[in-house]
Amino acid sequence: MKKNSRRIALLVTLTLLLVAVFFLYDLTGNREYVLERRAYKVAALLLVAGSIGYSSLVFQTLTGNRILTPAIMGFEAVYLLFQTVIVFIYGDKTFRVLTESANFGWSVLMMLGFAVLIYLFVFRREKNNMYFLLLTGLILGTLFTTLSSFVQMLLDPNEFSLAEARIFASFNRMNTALLGYAAGAGALMLILAWHYHKYLDVLALGREQAINLGVNYKGVTLVFLFIISVLVSVSTALVGPITFFGILVTNLTYELFKTHRHSVLLPACALISSITLVAGQFLVEHLFNMTTTISILINFIGGVYFLYILLKAKKL
Amino acid sequence: MRIAGYLTLLILVACVSVFIGVKDISVWDIFNPDEEQALILTVSRIPRTLSLILAGIGLSISGLILQQITQNKFVSPTTAGTLDAAKLGLLIAFLWIPQAGLFNRALLAFVFTFAASLVFLNITDRIRHRNIIFVPLVGILFGNILSSVSSFFAYRNNIVQNVNAWLVGDFSSVLKGNYEVLFLSVPAIFITYLYANKFTVVGMGEAFSRNLGLNYRQVVNIGLFCVSVTVSVVVITVGAIPFLGLVVPNIISLMYGDNLRKTLPYTALFGALFLLVCDIAGRLILFPFEVPIGVVVGVVGGVLFLILLFRRR
Amino acid sequence: MIEVKDISRSYGEKIILDEVSVSLPKGKVTSLIGSNGAGKSTLLSIISRLLKQNGGTVLLDSRDIDDYKTRILAQHLSILKQANPLDLKLTVRELVSFGRFPYSQGRLTPVDEEHVDRAIRYLNLQDIAGQYMDELSGGQKQRAFLAMVVAQDTDYILLDEPLNNLDMKHAVQIMKTLRKLCDEKGKTIVMVIHDINFASQYSDFIVALKDSRVAFFDTAERVIVPEVLQKVFDMEFKIVETEGKKICNYY
Repeated sequence: MKKNSRRIALLVTLTLLLVAVFFLYDLTGNREYVLERRAYKVAALLLVAGSIGYSSLVFQTLTGNRILTPAIMGFEAVYLLFQTVIVFIYGDKTFRVLTESANFGWSVLMMLGFAVLIYLFVFRREKNNMYFLLLTGLILGTLFTTLSSFVQMLLDPNEFSLAEARIFASFNRMNTALLGYAAGAGALMLILAWHYHKYLDVLALGREQAINLGVNYKGVTLVFLFIISVLVSVSTALVGPITFFGILVTNLTYELFKTHRHSVLLPACALISSITLVAGQFLVEHLFNMTTTISILINFIGGVYFLYILLKAKKL
Repeated sequence: MRIAGYLTLLILVACVSVFIGVKDISVWDIFNPDEEQALILTVSRIPRTLSLILAGIGLSISGLILQQITQNKFVSPTTAGTLDAAKLGLLIAFLWIPQAGLFNRALLAFVFTFAASLVFLNITDRIRHRNIIFVPLVGILFGNILSSVSSFFAYRNNIVQNVNAWLVGDFSSVLKGNYEVLFLSVPAIFITYLYANKFTVVGMGEAFSRNLGLNYRQVVNIGLFCVSVTVSVVVITVGAIPFLGLVVPNIISLMYGDNLRKTLPYTALFGALFLLVCDIAGRLILFPFEVPIGVVVGVVGGVLFLILLFRRR
Repeated sequence: MIEVKDISRSYGEKIILDEVSVSLPKGKVTSLIGSNGAGKSTLLSIISRLLKQNGGTVLLDSRDIDDYKTRILAQHLSILKQANPLDLKLTVRELVSFGRFPYSQGRLTPVDEEHVDRAIRYLNLQDIAGQYMDELSGGQKQRAFLAMVVAQDTDYILLDEPLNNLDMKHAVQIMKTLRKLCDEKGKTIVMVIHDINFASQYSDFIVALKDSRVAFFDTAERVIVPEVLQKVFDMEFKIVETEGKKICNYY
């Protein structure tokens, strides 16, 4: 117990330290301007880190499985298809036709609509099996990815670079309005989730045990799926997809904190996500000099780590 | 329907496939083609139809073998990371040995697919419940990992658009001289047929196979070898065709059961037929433009897969 | 009392339970027996709301279980399924503490702690209370889960094949505990059990299911007779009495 709180404190310190480095490193030119831009970036990084860390951990508890992440359920494919299609339709006029905020709003709506549709589709037929839900999402995702690839083939290279800017996550195009919406949505979800957090420890025991212990399993699961969908949609619309980030940070969390208690795991995971993302962005900017993007870097590292988990685990 | 029926149908559809295209060629022209028509037929139309048949047979059978080896009906090149591995191999060849010929690129793609198949098998061996849905889930994730490695290198070299284009199977660029490597899948298909009985036994599990005195590892490795050869030559000549290897064997298994000796010819013929029909559809939907077959099969196959999935339970 | 009224359930075309009605008496041990696929586990799952019926009602103390709030129901009735896959890093004591969730929703009061302590002592788990679940043997695990149910302190305890995969010693241990829970604490025990001899030794009543219906329901004494068992299982039975106990011989 004590060990856990000490570790949390350590993580908090580390996060603050990293944020400070991020702010102050190589501070040249117009200081006020640079600092303001970095403040946006840090805010976005922490917001996305928190959202993805939280939703991945809860998702893994619901599915009883540590190698899954809500990102694979098709959200990202919907986002990619949407971004590709609007560039295809509007070409280089895209940014004039659709403002950043409108794009953000529509993207979130599309992803949420998709999530609600597959929940309805799967749960209405009394197949309340999480794997089933996932595979359905994943197949639709593959389908959408195929369609996006097709549309991308039709784009000329200039248009493609417009789409590419959206396809790969980036923290460089932050604006206050978007950050405000995203933060608002995050806060709302946290308030909604607050009352339900106590069920997470029990849900981790599995469906039958949870029902036996008097948890309204279906209701609570749906609430959490909704919260997860909102958080994932918002962070994807904000910065683009980072598929393997969730698996990376949750497993680091389990590695560092040997406990089943979500009151420890959730904040720990949010902190570890923040550290990973801020450090990743720092590396992208100063080590790779922007030759790669944060999503590609994290997917690469996360993917390799994930492979390592798959190969090392005695049982999956 | 009997084998002969499928065969007749296949020949019929193949003929239709040969006669569809921007340039009008009627059946009678075959006997008396002018120079241009003869050229189009021998350089473009016939190679295209041939490669469709080869790819259809190859991918369907590959799916079937993978399903036997993993004992899971929902495993196929799409859901086992095989296609993504081939893509990664191609990318590496493209970046590191840009002057490599078609054959060398196919070789590298093969090495990657074979290695990836071994790794995937190793992973599935350790999956606890062998849940029918969980295995393909892990397979798709595994494919995503390989894809993210591809993206890392593709982005750094500014060829994301090209690499994504490889993902979409397309027969429109098949011409005499650039598709012949597809014939490498023919021996693989033959070996599969010779081993059909053994694959049936393998599908009942390792313990069961050993009990019957089968060299389990060897048969599995031969199966993976054939799958890797087929998938890599298909990806390199026409690109990825998702879900084909998944849907065709499942439909055949629903109709004719799981005795490979008996069902293998059906799977092969039906696969070729399915691909030919999808190709014809893709050519006609937006005539005179073409919708790549990867998209047509991706959509049709994806929907069929969902239907199979929901029916099962 | 648990009253099962006209319960039906089918999977697709296959009918598992066909308008099953039976009243399970309070304060007694009742076993459900029958061949594989007779619908025993399905019935138990429906009684414990893990599975929804297609028709019919289940009344617990004369009230429809669907009318209970699930949290309140969890204070009256608990269910232990045979397979409890658990790969969490949980100590035995932590697991047993979950039994108090229906009461305290995760924040243990001193009263809850007392219940947990008592449950641990009741199943003789004091020595391994601090050990992690994944370090335990099958018998120890089953006892830990039973301790959780004891801590849940419900009037009705349902168990689905509680002896599955246990050796003779541990099986007897579990059955004695269940008997004790009934005799000392007045709990109502309902279980699905395969071993006919265990059913005969330890239960007061036996429900025999056959072909999706209740074939017999009576005291153990009256069900464990060759004519009845032969009808239920479609095979020859001999019953030997030693030391006043009936042993079925069917090998």
